[in-house]
Amino acid sequence: MTVSVIQFGGSNCDRDAVRALDAVGVAAERVWHEDGLPDDPSGIVLPGGFSYGDYLRAGAMAGRAPIVEAVRDAAREGVPVLGVCNGAQVGCEAGLTPGAFTTNASARFQCEHVHLRVENAETPWTCAFEAGEVISLPIAHGEGRFEINEEELATLDDEDRILFRYCDEDGNVTPAANPNGSTDAVAGLCSENEDVAVLMPHPERATLPELGGTDGRGVLRAFAE
Amino acid sequence: MGPTDGIRSAFAYRDPPPDMTAYTAVVTVRLKRGVLDPEAETTRQALSRLGFGLDELRAADRFEIDLDAESEAAATERAESMAERLLANPTIHDYSVDIENR
Repeated sequence: MTVSVIQFGGSNCDRDAVRALDAVGVAAERVWHEDGLPDDPSGIVLPGGFSYGDYLRAGAMAGRAPIVEAVRDAAREGVPVLGVCNGAQVGCEAGLTPGAFTTNASARFQCEHVHLRVENAETPWTCAFEAGEVISLPIAHGEGRFEINEEELATLDDEDRILFRYCDEDGNVTPAANPNGSTDAVAGLCSENEDVAVLMPHPERATLPELGGTDGRGVLRAFAE
Repeated sequence: MGPTDGIRSAFAYRDPPPDMTAYTAVVTVRLKRGVLDPEAETTRQALSRLGFGLDELRAADRFEIDLDAESEAAATERAESMAERLLANPTIHDYSVDIENR
C-alpha cells in the first residue's frame, strides 16, 4: 500500500510530500508523470510547485497530461487524491473539482502562515478535526484566489464540500483574514464523492513540530485509513 | 549557412495540401466581465503614474494559430475546440475566434 506522489516537470513539493506522509506513517513514492500511474496506489498526491512553468495558466498543462486521466479513473474507484497548491490548480484545471484558482487579489506571491476554519469535519480529509476548529497552515502561492460561479458555489455549500475557509485566529471569516481574495474565503474543497480534495495551503509543510506546527498531519491522515 | 537557418527552415511556410486552405486562427481569451484582474489593475495604475488619463484597462491573451483546413468553418471549429480544451478556462474566461486567410 503506497501513495503515489506525482512529479511533473516543475513540481517542487514532491519530496516534502513523501517525507510528510512518512511522518504520519504512510508509505509514499514519487512517480514521474510520464511513467504512468502504478497499479493500485493506496492514494495519490498532486504536489505543489510550478508544473510546466505555470505556462498559460497555473496547472493548465499538467491538468491535461495523460496521467491525469488515470488519476481521474482512480478517484472514481475511491482512491483518495489530494491536490496541494499547484496540485490544487491542476485538480481544478482537470475538472476533478469545480472552480479555478487564479491570480491573488494582491497581484503578489504570498508566503505566510494562515488560519483556516474546518467547515466540514466528516470527510476523510478533515475527520481528524472538529467542525469549526481553527488550524494553521502555510500558504505560498501567486495564483490562489478561488473563483467559481454562484450556482456552483451554492452546490458546494449545500453539499458541504467546502473543507476549509480562511479565517482569523478566532475563526471569524473576514475580508482581512482572506489572504488572496478567494470567493467566499474558500481555501479547500472536495469532489462530490469526497475522494478528491484540493487546497491551496500546504499540509505537508506542517507535519513536524520543529517547523512550526503539525496541523497538516490531520489532512494527511486521510491516506492512513 | 547561418546559425539560425535550421530554426528558420523548421518554421518555413509550406503550401497547404490540395483541397486545403492556409488560415490563421486568432483566438482571444479574456476574463469574464466581473472577474477581478489584479494584473490589469496593476498595469492601469502604472499607466496612471506615468501621467496617462484612463478609466479602465482590460487585458486579454491572443493566440495566432496557423493551420490548414478544408474551409473557414472547419478552421473555426478546430480553433474553438482548442479554446475549449486548453486555451481558455470556462470558469473564468470567455473567448472569441477570428479566421484570416494566410
